[in-house]
Amino acid sequence: MALDTVALAQTTPDTQQPFSELGLKPDEYARIKEILGRRPTSSELAMYSVMWSEHCSYKSSKVHLKQFGDKAPKSDALLVGIGENAGVVDVGQGYAVTFKIESHNHPSFVEPYQGAATGVGGIVRDILTMGARPIAVMDPLRFGPADAADTRRVLPGIVAGVGGYGNCLGLPNIGGEVVFDETYIGNPLVNALCVGVMKHSDIKLAKAAGAGNLVVLYGAKTGGDGIGGVSVLASETFGAGGSTKRPSVQVGDPFVEKVLIECSLEIFAEDLVVGIQDLGGAGLSCATSELASGGSGGMKVALDKVPLRDPSLSPEEILMSESQERMCAIVEPNKIERFLEICKKWDVTVTVIGEVTDGDRLEITWNGEVIVNVPPRTVAHEGPVYNRPLAQPAYIDEVNSKTVDVPMPTSDSEIKAAVLTLAAAPNLADKSWVTSQYDKYVQGNTIQSQPDDSGMVRLDESTHLGVAISTDANANWSYLNPYQGAKLALAEAARNIATAGARPLAVTNCLNFGSPEDPGVMWQFAESVRGLADGCLEMGLPVTGGNVSFYNQTGAVAILPTPVIGVLGVIQDVRTRTPMSFTESGLELYLLGETKEDLAGSEWAFLHGQRVGQSPTADLAQEMRLIELLLEGNSFFAAAHDLSQGGLSAGLTEMVLRHKVGASISLVNPAIDLLSETPGRVIVAVNSADSVKLQELATKFEIALAKLGVTGGDSLTINNVRISLTELSTAHTSTFPRLFG
Amino acid sequence: MRVGVITFPGTLDDRDAARAVNLGGAEAVSLWHADADLKAVDAVILPGGFSYGDYLRCGAISRFAPVMKLVIEAAGKGMPVLGICNGFQVLCESHLLPGALTRNSDLHFLCRDQEIEIINSETAWTSSYKKGEKIVIPLKNGEGSFQCDDNTLAMLEGEGRVIARYVGENPNGSRNLIAGITNERGNVVGLMPHPEHAIDELTGPTAQGLGFFTSILNAMVK
Repeated sequence: MALDTVALAQTTPDTQQPFSELGLKPDEYARIKEILGRRPTSSELAMYSVMWSEHCSYKSSKVHLKQFGDKAPKSDALLVGIGENAGVVDVGQGYAVTFKIESHNHPSFVEPYQGAATGVGGIVRDILTMGARPIAVMDPLRFGPADAADTRRVLPGIVAGVGGYGNCLGLPNIGGEVVFDETYIGNPLVNALCVGVMKHSDIKLAKAAGAGNLVVLYGAKTGGDGIGGVSVLASETFGAGGSTKRPSVQVGDPFVEKVLIECSLEIFAEDLVVGIQDLGGAGLSCATSELASGGSGGMKVALDKVPLRDPSLSPEEILMSESQERMCAIVEPNKIERFLEICKKWDVTVTVIGEVTDGDRLEITWNGEVIVNVPPRTVAHEGPVYNRPLAQPAYIDEVNSKTVDVPMPTSDSEIKAAVLTLAAAPNLADKSWVTSQYDKYVQGNTIQSQPDDSGMVRLDESTHLGVAISTDANANWSYLNPYQGAKLALAEAARNIATAGARPLAVTNCLNFGSPEDPGVMWQFAESVRGLADGCLEMGLPVTGGNVSFYNQTGAVAILPTPVIGVLGVIQDVRTRTPMSFTESGLELYLLGETKEDLAGSEWAFLHGQRVGQSPTADLAQEMRLIELLLEGNSFFAAAHDLSQGGLSAGLTEMVLRHKVGASISLVNPAIDLLSETPGRVIVAVNSADSVKLQELATKFEIALAKLGVTGGDSLTINNVRISLTELSTAHTSTFPRLFG
Repeated sequence: MRVGVITFPGTLDDRDAARAVNLGGAEAVSLWHADADLKAVDAVILPGGFSYGDYLRCGAISRFAPVMKLVIEAAGKGMPVLGICNGFQVLCESHLLPGALTRNSDLHFLCRDQEIEIINSETAWTSSYKKGEKIVIPLKNGEGSFQCDDNTLAMLEGEGRVIARYVGENPNGSRNLIAGITNERGNVVGLMPHPEHAIDELTGPTAQGLGFFTSILNAMVK
């Protein structure tokens, strides 16, 4: 079949094109024709279809995400904001930190190992692209019911994929979440966060500036993986004799990525690039159009120069390929020689595929014939924008009008059973089965990791500067009230940073939802974004970037609205951090924050099959006072641990089991005290000599303070209920091995 | 004294090993796999990682790196060589040590704080410890199960060449709970767990791994 060139497109305006198979709506196709003043070539059609997809264009979410900019708090810390590959914040001492979280949900359901692995690979390249050395990863994961057959297929594969890729890159995995709910069956969530560090002067941007500068592709060769829907187009063009349909899930090669990281960092250190972009979703289509769009001029690319793993690939497929471990750099001609030398040192394939022009078009040729000639902004940044209909779903009034009605433990044996049940519940049980498959030690800078409240890494060995990160979501609360749910997740993530003594600084998010074409889901999404934007404004934390994942839905059943919020904080001296648990006997245990009867959306209600009632209302002013209290108390706290899912029961369980030092606790109203999940609460342990100082802090910051008891012994004793640490540990640690082998 | 730390493509723990060497009191010198140059070092460490991706047998490609020819020669003349994790695998593939490291018995990558017992404290890398001393250092690998034939096992045990054993439950299916071994001369040591990740209590479970890096100073003083 003939190559579909721009010249051919001009003379054959009536050629039928498979735009709807590529996911474009008739009006979107019409708009492409209007932009170009002719029908698109098949290569152009492929580019527009993938760049205008929900995943790349954010067409359904854009109108809402604007709030992150409109309501952005004033912040001196933000060096690079939303829109680049990842946001960058100033953490002091000349260091800048970049972090971002992204989803790889759908591929991980289809092929758990490779889906999860390439999810890690993709986010790491985003961080690298900013000019930073990646220093840690985190992985919030969500699955169907823990005992479901498909969860046994999906979970081990995803965990092995996260570990297999991250371990081989030499990135410590310092935290995440593992949560089970029936709505995630068929729609597991794999969110991957990466954090990187650089000096301010090393920040790189995705822009192609300077006519005559070279467009350089380096890293892995391009293969047929991840082409997905575009194979429709290939078969149209080439008929049955063309390349066969390939899997739409990419296959990762972490070794190539590790080498690519080291090679790129050496290139950055010598200041050899003007702009840089990684190749992720939409591959070369995305990289070339974004680089050209971000710069001042145009770009010319000779697509036939792209090194291929599979020589039978068509130009359309090369443009679409999502082969992993590739980068595209803009290099000044006088620096290209050194650039090539460094690639040679690391045995990295490198090819000059084009140059920056002073025009305003992105022109791509195939053996000299022009197959793409487009204004790059129309591909990369000026895609369609939808203000989709939204409506509060009917379930909201129904569930909000009910109250949680579950058996509450009263007798000693019931209290004991409740604590053990929560300790063993899949959502709260010990996650070592998962986290022991991740390397947490590599790079030698890990200060905290799972099961600590937050992950913490040291940035500088001489000054001891460090950063802490936590990711949190409470989808039960978001289901009951998406606006409050997002605010509460933000507050929890910030609190998890502050318990260790790190000051919250910036926010990233991964917004996982069902279909945006369902007005109810769209309402959940809009409310979540509004809640997060309002919360960030109130707490003075800028959103630096994020990711939206829609269509997490099987038939009419959408996942719970799951906005995963990541908060990054700074700690001036990691040696002074407050650990999440105590190692000594005789310390006094206190509860900061008031406990109300908050069972709606709690783990206790979930275990009894109830998701009804009103979620708590976030009191961010109180949360901010609590954070200030924690930061001031960091100098004398022996331990501090956030209370969230599973309430005081889970919090105490995690603390006493951490170093196998027990505690004796007195509670006035044990059932509610143990099971309620009122937000804004923290357990702290102090030497008795410091209890006055704690009292003073609580008064100063107007935070309720109640004494819980003392540390010590070989049991968790609550009033008259004695639970031996052995018994508690068995309950806590046997769930995952029992479920997953 | 100068201790070389080799970086292969895919090596991960090279900077950690260098940090441990410096903290132990020696000077870490970076060595590149493709350079046939040991830069006049007095000892060499092969750190952990996934050299060349370990897509073939772990360490099977690294043994052919130009720098390894020099390491094998120098080891033959008595230069102290320590292979940690992937480095241990490279030493086995290079035939500087007997046996092989295979997939963990439960088939999962395993990262945990592991207690080991020092069995032989007379090698170049273990002299800072007492025989029978128990330490906790991180174990983190996917292919850490030490295997060899019965004759080799009998030889290793008979000649006191097992330098460390896992304490408690066997974490990976290694024969005789072997965590590390040495060559006849005691200058070449392979160890599966990671002492370089246990050099201070801030970043490691303990500081008990530092002994491997101070031992080497004693070896030189002799």
